[in-house]
Amino acid sequence: MIKTDRLSKRYGSLSAVEDLSFEVSPGEVLGFLGPNGAGKSTTMRMLAGFVTPTAGTASLCGHDVLEAPVAARACLGYLPEGAPSYGEMTVRGFLGFIAELRGLDGALRRSRLDRVFGRLQLEPVLEQTIDTLSKGFRRRVGLAQALIHDPQVLILDEPTDGLDPNQKHEVRTLIGEMARDKLIVISTHILEEVTAVCTRAIIIARGRIVADQTPQQLAARSRYHNAVSFCADDEAQALRLRAALESQAEITAVEYEARGRRLTALPRDGAAILATVQAIAAGQGASLQELQLEAGRLDEVFRSITA
Amino acid sequence: MRIIGILFRRELASYFATPLAYVFILIFLVLAAAFTFYLGGFYERGQADLAPFFNFLPWLYLFLIPAISMRLWAEERRNGSIELLLTQPITLWQAVLGKFLAAWAFAGIVLALTFPLWITVGYLGAPDHGAIVTGYLGALLMAGGFLAIGSCMSALTRNQVIAFILGVVVCFVFLLSGFPLVLDAFRAWAPQGLIEAIASLSFLTHFEALSKGVIDLRDILYFGMTIVFFLVATSVVLDARKSE
Repeated sequence: MIKTDRLSKRYGSLSAVEDLSFEVSPGEVLGFLGPNGAGKSTTMRMLAGFVTPTAGTASLCGHDVLEAPVAARACLGYLPEGAPSYGEMTVRGFLGFIAELRGLDGALRRSRLDRVFGRLQLEPVLEQTIDTLSKGFRRRVGLAQALIHDPQVLILDEPTDGLDPNQKHEVRTLIGEMARDKLIVISTHILEEVTAVCTRAIIIARGRIVADQTPQQLAARSRYHNAVSFCADDEAQALRLRAALESQAEITAVEYEARGRRLTALPRDGAAILATVQAIAAGQGASLQELQLEAGRLDEVFRSITA
Repeated sequence: MRIIGILFRRELASYFATPLAYVFILIFLVLAAAFTFYLGGFYERGQADLAPFFNFLPWLYLFLIPAISMRLWAEERRNGSIELLLTQPITLWQAVLGKFLAAWAFAGIVLALTFPLWITVGYLGAPDHGAIVTGYLGALLMAGGFLAIGSCMSALTRNQVIAFILGVVVCFVFLLSGFPLVLDAFRAWAPQGLIEAIASLSFLTHFEALSKGVIDLRDILYFGMTIVFFLVATSVVLDARKSE
């Protein structure tokens, strides 16, 4: 359980995070979104006990981060931004060191190490120094470091940054598997990731929470929610269809993309317009190629509430 | 204690993971030998003691100890690993102490490698071995004092060069605080009591007694308190600016 109470951080006259209050329960995967400099990393650092809040406080698993910092950090696995580590150490040496700091020893230590080596596919590079690794491997070493003690709470600052699509998929699967019994907070710039792994999204801008909803609810705020798009058969038909669709009361606008002759009809207040569109298209003899019903565009919602 | 031990081992191993340790050991030993035999006139003096070595050691330490301590915290800050380290379930004090003790142990290893000097003097004459032992003890304590100062300077910045220069300057002031070069700067305006207090802070005077075989509890206490003071200062500085 993560609980923050009016968490604030000021740097001189600059307010990085202001009065942030939220709670996260086990089983939730919280996506932390926001433009660069919105206060995502600062908030995560305050939760991890690296930045001291100027006001307010937070607790992890019931341990206050200011009053019982060591106990709070003991139940936390934290991946700092950029996945820093000790470059001169080997992967095995580094993760062994973290395991020791986490109080693991003997058989338990070996089994936990073997498990993270396997889960993050680190076996091929165990004896290499971290300096010589690719960005993807370094990120996975950082993740391994956060997972080694099987923590109740995971806070991951941009866990998939620098990974290729396959590795991103791996990490998302891993997060999904762990989500059942843990509480996970990730920050990301990749909005598709939010839809893929998060059960809840908090968007912050200028240090304040501007949205706190499920990814589906967020997407529903988009003007593209329930929009219908398809490709017209030729230019003339596209123009005729556009005019016909625009005259409908429940359609607010029709966008036309000349390159693929793609028409997108935007509904008024998220109304269901698929049947209307199909009826009009049938009247014009259109074959409705690549017909799509959109759930909503997160990037558009993101821009509209943070800009 | 267990945590400090884990941090200590990692830190000490990191010195030897790069060529840094070996380059440092080589330079230290070459310079120590050059100072002792050429500038110190080891043979010409005709006396069986290690005074030529101990006389030049503070000056050697002035430049070489900040070179060990400059990376202590500046490097952690530069590559961001400080965030990883301080979000482990450890206290800041454990981290400060673990890293300092590792640097001190490294300085101790380097100092111990000057043992051929001791063997040489023992072979050539009949030195006062007791005085040599206290000399080494004094050298180790002085290294600890310099390292604690260097640790504090390294915590101030993420730039190792700045950490090195600050370390040399502050160590220089402490080394010579009993001498006119430093005292004259205070004499014009400070009360006599303060001047005497500053004069009593000199590393050189406290080390000299030890290197001559005199064990005065006050000298040992002096170095111990200097170390404690600067380590506390290190953790205060880190606590205030670790995330900047």
